[in-house]
Amino acid sequence: MSTAPAPVASRPRSDPRAASPKRTNTRRRGWRTLGWALLFLLPSAIPLTAFTLVPMISSAWVSLHDWNLISPMEWVGLENYRELLADPRTWDVFANTATYILGYLPLVYIGGLGLALALNRAMAGIAFLRGAYFLPVVTSWVVVALVWQWLLSPSNGLVNTVLGAIGLPEPGWWTDPTWAMPSIILASVWKDLGFVMVILLAGLQALPQEVLEAARVDGAGAWRRFWHITLPLLSPSTFFVVVISLINGFQVFDQVNVMTDGGPAGATQVVVGQIYDLTFRYGRAGDASALSWLLFALVLVITAIQIRGQRRWVTYA
Amino acid sequence: MPELTATRPESRTGRRRALPKLFWALALTLGAAVMLFPFLWTVITSITPDGTLASGPTLLVEDPTLDAYRQLFDAMPMWRIVANSFWIAIASTLFQLITGAMAAYAFTRIAFPGRQAVFAVYLATLMVPLQVLVVPLFIQMTRAQLSDTYFALLAPSIASAFGIFLLKQSMESVPRELDEAATLDGAHHLRIFAQVVLPLTRPALATVAVFAFMGSWNSYLWPLVVIRSPELMTLPLGLATLQGQFTTQWNVVMAGSVVSVLPIAIVYIFAQRYIIAGFAHSGLK
Repeated sequence: MSTAPAPVASRPRSDPRAASPKRTNTRRRGWRTLGWALLFLLPSAIPLTAFTLVPMISSAWVSLHDWNLISPMEWVGLENYRELLADPRTWDVFANTATYILGYLPLVYIGGLGLALALNRAMAGIAFLRGAYFLPVVTSWVVVALVWQWLLSPSNGLVNTVLGAIGLPEPGWWTDPTWAMPSIILASVWKDLGFVMVILLAGLQALPQEVLEAARVDGAGAWRRFWHITLPLLSPSTFFVVVISLINGFQVFDQVNVMTDGGPAGATQVVVGQIYDLTFRYGRAGDASALSWLLFALVLVITAIQIRGQRRWVTYA
Repeated sequence: MPELTATRPESRTGRRRALPKLFWALALTLGAAVMLFPFLWTVITSITPDGTLASGPTLLVEDPTLDAYRQLFDAMPMWRIVANSFWIAIASTLFQLITGAMAAYAFTRIAFPGRQAVFAVYLATLMVPLQVLVVPLFIQMTRAQLSDTYFALLAPSIASAFGIFLLKQSMESVPRELDEAATLDGAHHLRIFAQVVLPLTRPALATVAVFAFMGSWNSYLWPLVVIRSPELMTLPLGLATLQGQFTTQWNVVMAGSVVSVLPIAIVYIFAQRYIIAGFAHSGLK
């Protein structure tokens, strides 16, 4: 993320006037400014330092050690990183996370876009309908995971009961290595559909109506208007959805932890699940910290690539 | 198909409008029913008696019972857990609003030396995911003998760089002529902050409030790491713990889900407009 320099107009303009007679005056004013700044910043600076900045630095420090949380730390330099990168298990958990994202993102985006287009109309009860589609968004991940675990329960869940009744095969869902990830993706898409819908709907409603109207007058059909006007003009909202979904996707944990706990046989173990297990199951805090930094670095790089690449496809009207 | 009437062109356009309208109304209602069905299913399961679940699910429960709820409240201090979820979410929302608005004011209205650098550090904390912090935060809390306390639960969400960033954007667009006028009238920063800038940042404050509340309400990883005692749990952790105890008793697990969805659903019904607007607003920045 780039921190643009502040606009010139808002720079302090004390310097040119700091002539000798007024020097003490300005100095006093400088102290006073600093006092005000501290008063306004300390309430956030103290917790951010104590609960984000310090842990961040200590995490980097821990990642350079072998440590089981009990005996003293042992310095190993970059060894943890080297070991992690050489361990096929690491690549598995990144691959599982990528599988999750590749399943989740297209479904949630296309579904959310379809919903946004369908719900972008004046109609009796439209607010109620939008609200209904949005309800899963305010439901916690743990509830979503439990409800879907029950719906997709292999033995007596509703989905398999229905599938069995109409003579279709009944997969083992979250108990089957092949179907476990699709189960998690299904639950996640259900939860986030409303979020994507709302973001895209807000984008749709901000579109310049004159442009769409002009295209209609020129005889462009509904499909062409959608493909050549709506979609490009919606690209900033699309960009936002993609960036946020990717960041959240790499950090997926709650629903996996509840639905499968990484199983069966590690088939759904994701990066954050591995960080958790390394620390609290295997007592390998150094490896866990190193893995969390690898994850962070990957997310940073991918986000940076997207921000750089947005010029190619994102149109700001 | 109805008969064609004399006024053909008119009725055609009329029908062309009416038909899709009906189609969309039906399709969207059906879709909403599908979306909402899992909630209904949760409620139905929660009032099903223990024995009948194994034989397969039924939509119409023959002898509905609140037995699962009784088991739920016997197994977990549920009232306490609901109350915990509420007060922690409200406290972290208030904290984030106050700390965030003050920081945003400092970054937009007080020209102190090193402002850019300090803001860059704030931004850096925005980008660090919780997963990087969980292990060292846990260690920090354990060393300070604060793990398994309300303080540990609340501490990481007292200030949020995301909220500060959003509020800064919003305060940037409050015209400076207003506070300059107030300065000429002799008002100091606290008054300008409270009486001029804050009231004009209300939409952004609402967005931050929605995100802070939802974030805390749904938070799972951090409570999972730092809380052990059932009396200190919030709903997501309480529910996950419950599932560990009642693995196959889905009626009890679903009763727990109903208890945790109900409060937020009620909040949602009353504040739907603001919540949806809050989420929509975050995407337009």
